[in-house]
Amino acid sequence: MRALAWHGKHDVRMDTVPDPEIINPRDAIIKVTSTAICGSDLHLYDAYIPTLQKGDVLGHEFMGEVVEVGPKSTLKKGQRVVVPFTIACGSCYHCGKHQYSACPNGLPADNQDIARELYGHEMSGLFGYSHMTGGYAGGQAEYVRVPFSDVGPIVIPEGVDDDKVLFLSDILPTGWQAAEYAEIEPGDTVAVWGCGPVGLFAVQSAFLMGAERVIAIDHFPNRLALAAKFGAETINFEQSDVYDALMLMTGGIGPDAVIDAVGLEAHGLYLDNVIDQIKASTFLGTDRPHSIRQAIIACRKGGRVSMPAVYGGFVDKFPLGAFMEKGLTLKTGQTHVQHYLPGLLNAIMEDKIDTTFLISHRMPLEKAPEGYKLFHDHQNETTKIVLKPGMAADA
Amino acid sequence: MSNEVSARTDDAPPTTAKHHRVDVAGENVPEAQGSQATAQTVTINRPVAEVYARFRDFARLGDFMENVERIDVLDQQRSHWVVKAPAGRTVEWDARITEEEPERLIAWTSEEGAEVPNSGRVTFRDVGDRGTVVTATLLYDPPGGTLGKIVAKLFQREPAIQARRDLKRFKQLLETGEIATNVITREQLEEEGR
Ligand SMILES: NC(=O)c1ccc[n+]([C@@H]2O[C@H](COP(=O)([O-])OP(=O)(O)OC[C@H]3O[C@@H](n4cnc5c(N)ncnc54)[C@H](O)[C@@H]3O)[C@@H](O)[C@H]2O)c1
Ligand SMILES: [Zn+2]
Ligand SMILES: [Zn+2]
Repeated sequence: MRALAWHGKHDVRMDTVPDPEIINPRDAIIKVTSTAICGSDLHLYDAYIPTLQKGDVLGHEFMGEVVEVGPKSTLKKGQRVVVPFTIACGSCYHCGKHQYSACPNGLPADNQDIARELYGHEMSGLFGYSHMTGGYAGGQAEYVRVPFSDVGPIVIPEGVDDDKVLFLSDILPTGWQAAEYAEIEPGDTVAVWGCGPVGLFAVQSAFLMGAERVIAIDHFPNRLALAAKFGAETINFEQSDVYDALMLMTGGIGPDAVIDAVGLEAHGLYLDNVIDQIKASTFLGTDRPHSIRQAIIACRKGGRVSMPAVYGGFVDKFPLGAFMEKGLTLKTGQTHVQHYLPGLLNAIMEDKIDTTFLISHRMPLEKAPEGYKLFHDHQNETTKIVLKPGMAADA
Repeated sequence: MSNEVSARTDDAPPTTAKHHRVDVAGENVPEAQGSQATAQTVTINRPVAEVYARFRDFARLGDFMENVERIDVLDQQRSHWVVKAPAGRTVEWDARITEEEPERLIAWTSEEGAEVPNSGRVTFRDVGDRGTVVTATLLYDPPGGTLGKIVAKLFQREPAIQARRDLKRFKQLLETGEIATNVITREQLEEEGR
């Protein structure tokens, strides 16, 4: 089959690789109909995430048609499914608590040591996201082997367009969980750093959860305009001082809850050698200010910090004093996707949530390398790229 | 002597001692063999009876113990182990159960003349809603000694890491009915020796 494979920094290629087969009883094979490039994939593209190997197939946001099932799968051939990016078993202690992204059972035992060294514990397996998260071949491909297919994938009713449901795989639940973690109360003002897909879904979700005002922060006019479409007030951090603006906009109180939807990419996080790591991980500022630091400083006393943004290692100058003195609460983590799927699918079916506004480009899978370059170099015009294996390559 | 064990004043498990002598960890292992100890533990979300029974079924330990090629059960107490070694070779020994309490513990030691002397003890503890805590204490010889070199080669990696991974696979097998793998073809699976 054809698949998008990582070969090095800013070097991804369409390769021909073996077709996946059923390996374990609960597996299913999905023929991909739509797959997206994520902000998290840019961290891979920029080679910030260690333990990637040449030839690794990327992609963790995908959906498609079930073409083969193992004896313990509950899916049926021909069904259309969206697949969560987190691989979770459904039967361990964490899955029982709906903490799906903490499930240790999808991560091959040999791949668990790295996270154990770095984080103290192994995390869940993820599709197409380095060997630290399992080394699973990802969804930017014609076919994918999906473990635990009786637990993860959600079946999509006939007649619902791919574009409406594809983002259930990651960024919609991620934006939703981010807003949920902000523990919004009626009358609250919520500030969101980053108007990428995650930030934009967090804006939508925050309003749905009863926020009175949402203030969205970014520097791309197009992305800020999308946030404004949903009713957010905006701050362009290149034009305005973010802290001063937030204080004046909130009567000096500060936002009741702050959401960091930017992440390590904005800043440049360097993980040194990972296996005998830990010594030399540094958090370096680039041209962009540090969003989580700024969010904590701006947050009101006794407020909530929600951090969907991905961080991989150690940060320097974390304002721990402000965090303690102001009595803040922080909630974060990889999204427990499986927990949110039924509710969010319903919300989409009832037109309470719109997801299609986000898609700026649709391309054939064969053009994925171009898609990466575009998404990386032109973030203002490119909000989300959806790759379609079925689309003619000259489209 | 300088390596005299000073009296422990805490409840931490013996193998976590910063300056320890092996017999501290070995004192729970009858007929202990091996100068180095490691303890590994995992919590399995299944009833203790099931976890114990699956472990006690020695002939099937190879399902999750990566380096075990074959275990022949000789009688209630004794089993013959055939374990993978580098270059397609194998190492074999007989093991004998030295202590057994159903649903609580199994201890074993290798028989006289074993190429790779080793011993250990696995305990099972019912923790209610969370299932069963399985803790394995293994005694072996560290890389460096003559036997250690064999052990290091034999396990292809540090026994502590190997034991930890084997327990994780045991957990996966019992909780999910399968062992996680990232291979995508059956041919790759065979190359991995599964
Ligand atoms: N927790 C999870 O499970 C999960 C899932 C998906 C994505 N993520 C993470 O969420 C983050 C956002 O994802 P995305 O797809 O929206 O990424 P993205 O790269 O498309 O968007 C990030 C946005 O942040 C803006 N930004 C950069 N620096 C900023 C600053 N200092 N202040 C305000 N805005 C700033 C950028 O201009 C960009 O628009 C990434 O870190 C991604 O890895 C987490
Ligand atoms: Zn994603
Ligand atoms: Zn689980």
